[in-house]
Amino acid sequence: MAGTVDVNEGVLGKNPKSIRGPGDGVLGRAWKDTVESVAPFVLALIVGGLVLLALGRNPITFYGDIVRAGLFNNSGLQDTVIRMAPLLLMAAGLIVAFQTSIWNIGGDGQFLLAAALAAGFGPVFMAAMPVWLSLVILCIIGTITGGLSTIIPAVLKAKYGVNEIISSLMMSFIGVNFANLLIKGPFRSTKTIVPQTGVVPFAHLLPPIPGTRIHIGIFIALILLLVVYYVMKKTALGLKLRLLGQNPRAALHAGLNNSRLIVGAFMVSGAFMGLAGTVEILGVWGYMRADWNPNFGLPLFALVFLARLNALAAIPLVGFYAVLSIGGHSAARAADLPDDFILIIVGLVLLFMALTEYIKERRSGATWQLLKALRSLWEFKTNE
Amino acid sequence: MSALICGGILTAMPLLFASIGETISQRAGVLGMGLEGIMLAGAYTGFVATLYSGQYWLGLVASIGGGALLAAIVALFCVRLGMDQIVVGIGVLIFGEGVTSVLQRAQFGTTYPRLGEMASIKIPLLSSIPVLGSSLFTQPLIVFIGFFMVGVLHWVLKSTNIGLNLRAAGEKPEAVDAAGISVVAIRVVAVLVAGGLAGLGGGYMAIVGAGIFVPFMTKGIGFIGIVVAMLARGKAIWILIGSFLFGISVSLTTSFQLIGVEVAQDVVNMIPFVAVLTALVIFARGAYLPAALCIPYNREAR
Repeated sequence: MAGTVDVNEGVLGKNPKSIRGPGDGVLGRAWKDTVESVAPFVLALIVGGLVLLALGRNPITFYGDIVRAGLFNNSGLQDTVIRMAPLLLMAAGLIVAFQTSIWNIGGDGQFLLAAALAAGFGPVFMAAMPVWLSLVILCIIGTITGGLSTIIPAVLKAKYGVNEIISSLMMSFIGVNFANLLIKGPFRSTKTIVPQTGVVPFAHLLPPIPGTRIHIGIFIALILLLVVYYVMKKTALGLKLRLLGQNPRAALHAGLNNSRLIVGAFMVSGAFMGLAGTVEILGVWGYMRADWNPNFGLPLFALVFLARLNALAAIPLVGFYAVLSIGGHSAARAADLPDDFILIIVGLVLLFMALTEYIKERRSGATWQLLKALRSLWEFKTNE
Repeated sequence: MSALICGGILTAMPLLFASIGETISQRAGVLGMGLEGIMLAGAYTGFVATLYSGQYWLGLVASIGGGALLAAIVALFCVRLGMDQIVVGIGVLIFGEGVTSVLQRAQFGTTYPRLGEMASIKIPLLSSIPVLGSSLFTQPLIVFIGFFMVGVLHWVLKSTNIGLNLRAAGEKPEAVDAAGISVVAIRVVAVLVAGGLAGLGGGYMAIVGAGIFVPFMTKGIGFIGIVVAMLARGKAIWILIGSFLFGISVSLTTSFQLIGVEVAQDVVNMIPFVAVLTALVIFARGAYLPAALCIPYNREAR
């Protein structure tokens, strides 16, 4: 089975490079990477369309609705850009973690805890100090909350090598419920029947770009994403983290303090999730209702992998997903389906991504190394 | 007290089935990351089959099929083709969540039809023991099958060649291959059986437990199943103990609510995860995973 392709190439007497021709060079590579990132999306949309057909819905109308509502409609386009802000921040957090081979799956809990604190403290702070100062302080609180809520999985992993997928997931469930407790308890507003926090007046939210509803969170997100790109790629710290990610044992032999790096990267990752939650509350909602959970975490997992853990490549993919989620909401409503239809697409994207990688591995074996390196983390105990 | 044990069994059974399945899969070297999605698939197919046929047993069989169907994707992608188990697992998880939610809505709109209660059987003699009789020994047959499965798992893993091959496939697949037995075949069967059991767990939840299907109704039990299997280290008795500790702790909080002690629903939802996290902290060093877990077996790469 495996290796048949090489045999064929051998028979043809050509080396793989000469077959590919235009695939060489920087532009060619970028083109190939793009195709590899887009192909799973396209395949997932096709299969998703078949599911729609099976349910008696017209897939062309459905996807048309998504594009129209998410992209070619002024208000929808603004919503899409607004949605990108928290998604990009969370993507930055995931990239830091995954490049260090830390599977931080608990993003939703970190996101919601920070969001709850921002929504709970927001009205109080606004009343006590200037708006800009309270916005800054709330963002800092959210960032720290997100970071601190990863401390248990981080220390468990660093000290005992406990698998962080499980521990961060457990923390996520705890965080989601704890955020609800906060909203139904100490932060509950007395003015509403539905449990929710007090409301930050619209005028006091993160300032919008003049003439639009798009708040400045998108710039914060883009800048921080660029910082992540730079730090991971160009600095000594980034090199250390990536070394730890690729080969923990080699990192140890190189004299790195693995435990400290793991805890640090884990907390930075959580901090990004927390900031994302804060920005979403302070930029869009101004309050938080109990049981609100946008579930951004797992879909982002797919996006970040599709981007090959590259912060720059994540931007267009996150944009694409934002269109899908904003447009998908109204398309699903029109087709009388739940928003969860997007989950089918995301799940299929992950499966087709694995398939694309598999096909590629059989052909070249280049970026497969990435997943292989991540897999090496699966040794349950890291510091043996 | 009787209600407590009954409630404990009700919450423990889905976890019991799922973690038995997960144990089989983990021992064979495949991490069933998509367990939650597989449980939901089982819950949905089982529920629909029961609703339309009116036969509970047909429903439970259908839930096994539903779970195994989704697990077949894992078997094909991870075992046969050797793709990354975490990425595929999370893909299956999200797909299962999405597809069951969408199907539920497409089929029933915003109504949630209800099933009647499944008939219980009384074990003669034993069911007349005071407290235990009316709770432990008066249950639907499927509960006793669950207990029986624990015994079967213990026997298969410990005393049969199948169990030996299964464990070897997870610890040292090369050895299995050298003995002339196909690693891929063992793992495929293990994944399918695990999917069937997880589906049955979901089916139990929807058909016997709740009598209703609600999207995302498994509420993280699939993930807890993964941890229980990890901490049980392939020992059947620990799966039983773990599942029931979980079940009792959940039903304990509902009992508190019944006698009037105010416990917020969010606290109740949180308890299982706090318990699992505490277990992870305490037994951090005790958890053990097979050596070849998550590593696809590729003959040519030897």
